[in-house]
Amino acid sequence: MAYKAVIGLEFHCEMKSHTKVFSNAINGYSKLSNQYVRPLDMAFPGTLPVVNKTCVRKAIEMAMILNCKIPEYMEFDRKHYFYPDLPKGYQITQFFNPVGVNGRIEIDVNGTKKEILIHDIHLEEDAASLDHYYDTSNIDYNRAGVPLLELVTEPCMYSSDEALAFLEHVKSIYQYTDISDCDTKKGEIRADVNVSIMDEDASEFGTKVEVKNVNSFDAIRQTIEYEIKRQSKLKDEGRYDEVIQETRRWDEESCTTIHMRSKADAIDYKYFTEPNIPKYKITKELLLDIRKNIPMLSHERREKYINEYNLSLYDANVLVKSKKISDYFEECIALGSDAKEACNWITTRVLGELNKSEENTIDNFFITPSMLSELIKLIKDKKITNNQGKEVFAYMLEEKLSPKEIVKKYSMEVIEDNDLINSLVDEVISENEKAITDYKNGRTNMLDYMVGQVMKKSKGKANPVSVKNLLLEKIK
Amino acid sequence: MIRKSIEELHKDLINKKTTSEDLVKESIKSCHDIQDSTNSFVTIIDEAECCEVTDELLSGIPFGVKDIFSTKDVLSTGSSNTLNNYVPFFDATCVSNLKKRGAVMVAKTVLDELGMGGTGTTGHTGVVHNPWDLERQTAGSSAGSAASVAAGCYPFALGSDTGDSVRKPAAYCGIVGYKPTYGMISRYGMFQFASSLDTVGVLSRSVVDAAIAVDGMKGIDPNDMTSWDSSNIHLYESLSKKVKGKKLFYIKEMCDIENYKNPSDEFKMHLENFKETIKKCESLGMSVEGINFGKELLDAVYPTYMVIYGAEASSNMANLTGISFGPRGKGSTPEEIIKDHRTRGFSPLIKRRFVIGSFVLQKENQEKFFLNAKRSRRLIVNRMNELFKEYDAMIGPVSSGPAKYLDEKKNNTPKENTVIEEILQIGNFGGFPSITIPNGFINNLPVGVNITGRVREDVDVLNIAYALEDAMDYRNQIAGGVK
Repeated sequence: MAYKAVIGLEFHCEMKSHTKVFSNAINGYSKLSNQYVRPLDMAFPGTLPVVNKTCVRKAIEMAMILNCKIPEYMEFDRKHYFYPDLPKGYQITQFFNPVGVNGRIEIDVNGTKKEILIHDIHLEEDAASLDHYYDTSNIDYNRAGVPLLELVTEPCMYSSDEALAFLEHVKSIYQYTDISDCDTKKGEIRADVNVSIMDEDASEFGTKVEVKNVNSFDAIRQTIEYEIKRQSKLKDEGRYDEVIQETRRWDEESCTTIHMRSKADAIDYKYFTEPNIPKYKITKELLLDIRKNIPMLSHERREKYINEYNLSLYDANVLVKSKKISDYFEECIALGSDAKEACNWITTRVLGELNKSEENTIDNFFITPSMLSELIKLIKDKKITNNQGKEVFAYMLEEKLSPKEIVKKYSMEVIEDNDLINSLVDEVISENEKAITDYKNGRTNMLDYMVGQVMKKSKGKANPVSVKNLLLEKIK
Repeated sequence: MIRKSIEELHKDLINKKTTSEDLVKESIKSCHDIQDSTNSFVTIIDEAECCEVTDELLSGIPFGVKDIFSTKDVLSTGSSNTLNNYVPFFDATCVSNLKKRGAVMVAKTVLDELGMGGTGTTGHTGVVHNPWDLERQTAGSSAGSAASVAAGCYPFALGSDTGDSVRKPAAYCGIVGYKPTYGMISRYGMFQFASSLDTVGVLSRSVVDAAIAVDGMKGIDPNDMTSWDSSNIHLYESLSKKVKGKKLFYIKEMCDIENYKNPSDEFKMHLENFKETIKKCESLGMSVEGINFGKELLDAVYPTYMVIYGAEASSNMANLTGISFGPRGKGSTPEEIIKDHRTRGFSPLIKRRFVIGSFVLQKENQEKFFLNAKRSRRLIVNRMNELFKEYDAMIGPVSSGPAKYLDEKKNNTPKENTVIEEILQIGNFGGFPSITIPNGFINNLPVGVNITGRVREDVDVLNIAYALEDAMDYRNQIAGGVK
């Protein structure tokens, strides 16, 4: 039987910043352990937290975008528990007075609008990470003190689609505001997923199960779907009392959730206000300044692309999906490229290349917006054909040269006089009967030899590719 | 030579009557001389190097540091077994500020474990003895700093003050103990005990030396968000005996002998002596009035302190797990290792306080205990600020007499003395500047008087103490009881 599922999310996201949220260690990703550590990150006696103002600004910005109520003062609290990944024995977070409460944001779920209610958003610090080996574990303090934003929704989503649409929306905001890259590979996101089920006509929520530390969007979807299935099955079998208020974890290998602790074992975190950080007045001027500087977000850019550039909804969506791609596109336009042309090149060729390997990213992509714009201009000015343009694109990546350099190197500027090339090809064919026979017998390099002969006769002005094609046509 | 004041030593250094090297050697020697009898030190830094003498008053001057401060390359234990092997790689800001001025750290002094306790008896290296009478306590927690300054090892030593940890040992040891306004000196590098109350302080034998030392330590610090810019305050240069017209108050409920049922002779003499001090104040042109503070508020001081410091201490000391530093505990899981470290490392007193701290922070108890303690703290501070509208400072006797015996059986401190024993905690509740100076002797043991003033008006408080000190005869006194 199908039940109504109710989902709430606690979405943790590592923020971008030069330094950590309470220490001046670098906030960076390193494959080497313990590269970015200051005394506070290991809680050496006598060290004190100093708040990173940029992180506070970013947190307020996010609270604003989520239409939250923002408190008069910025304050922090301590959350206590003993674990080797928590050097101070407490985490500095915001419990009593988070930076944003009671927010709401509209999202698009497969074409339908839906409002998601935000319980609160708060700024806190990450714990160290533990690397487990056969009989030992190492503590890596690189992550200790990395700024985290935790966003807590109300239980207001009813399917994994809704939950994922919400997460994609939030991720896009984080990227567009440069608050976070939300890079799963670097472990920048984690979610606690709360799932319960109830009869369609019931008025009270069912028993809530929390699944902690799910660290990718895929896993979040699987977790939700698995929990709905697990709880539904128990309800179907009349064993709903076996669904208990508990904390579980997602197990990647078995693709199931596993019991961690029940509510009775819940820890009392003994929250109290961090006395080392004086409360900090959030002034009207600061709020105004932050609001003024909120950048255009993805849905606003999408509107612009459709209305101003006449792009299709599909193309606009492809472009704004990643801020970096959208930025790349906008840079091409700023350099004078036609919007539709730029869009075509980016959505087909550029993204095609990037999709070839995980290692390819827009940041390390050789062809910059200015190179792509140059290429588009060459075609527009009829210096090369559209097909040649695609070749130039490929050569650029192979040889790491600019479009003009490629065109020059391969003498691609078209010789308009087709008759001339035709006659040159005929000439070479008639002078090289043996070469043709050899070619037909498998000596493929003979073709390149003949192309060379034509190029020689044209003094390099012919397009070697078209010469090659013409030759092939004639000798087959 | 080393027993002179900072000003005198500076003059001698400039006039080449002595050298920093000789001073440092003499200071280290006198530390060794009193170590057997008083047990004041965790570490005597024999290899301490002298420093170049400049125009800076503190240059070349030796000093002691309570072992609760982080000192680069020098063992810093907090007098706790949880840190008995901890050698920091950075200096506390106040220590590095003094070093920058050329002062020379020669010893790390014993305290009540991690600053908690007021007897000088709970440090991991053993009991500290009062140099005036080795059978007596120094009080604490800045026990070794007070004993060594009183014994004349150096002109000043750093202390920390969360309840009265600088100001009470000063009284018991016949010296000056000054706790500046909260945040005037950075707390960075001072092992945290109760962050909202913790203050860096100094023990010295004169108000002038205390002013010079705090001038050398204070200043806003990017590593401590609660520190503030005091660059316009120059304590030493501002010292003045012009206190005519200053208005002081004392708390009648606490200072009038008729409020006590069975006061001991010592206590009676102590309060009599305080009355004498009031007369001295009046002869200096100050007015002193007794006021009713409010009994309920006074009775709330100690429980309020207990709850707040227990809560903050249990949290602040959660970093002592033996995982990243300190001796590693035994066990096969992280939980066992942490448990073993803490079980063996902490003294029973600390464990009891942690239990109180955890208890008052529990969800179901927070409202009743912790939040109420914060409220009563605010009410007490409000009452003080109300009084400070009319009066420049509060004056009062420290403790209920001279130093107590180390042998607790010989002590008799009735419950009704709790208020007077714990009253100095008000200074920490409000972050008020507060100074204890010696004001006489009872049975050949020194006693002290305390002056507490408005936040950030340290100059006022020091000047009252300076003038009063001058009107009495206890400046620069050295304990006679040391072998």
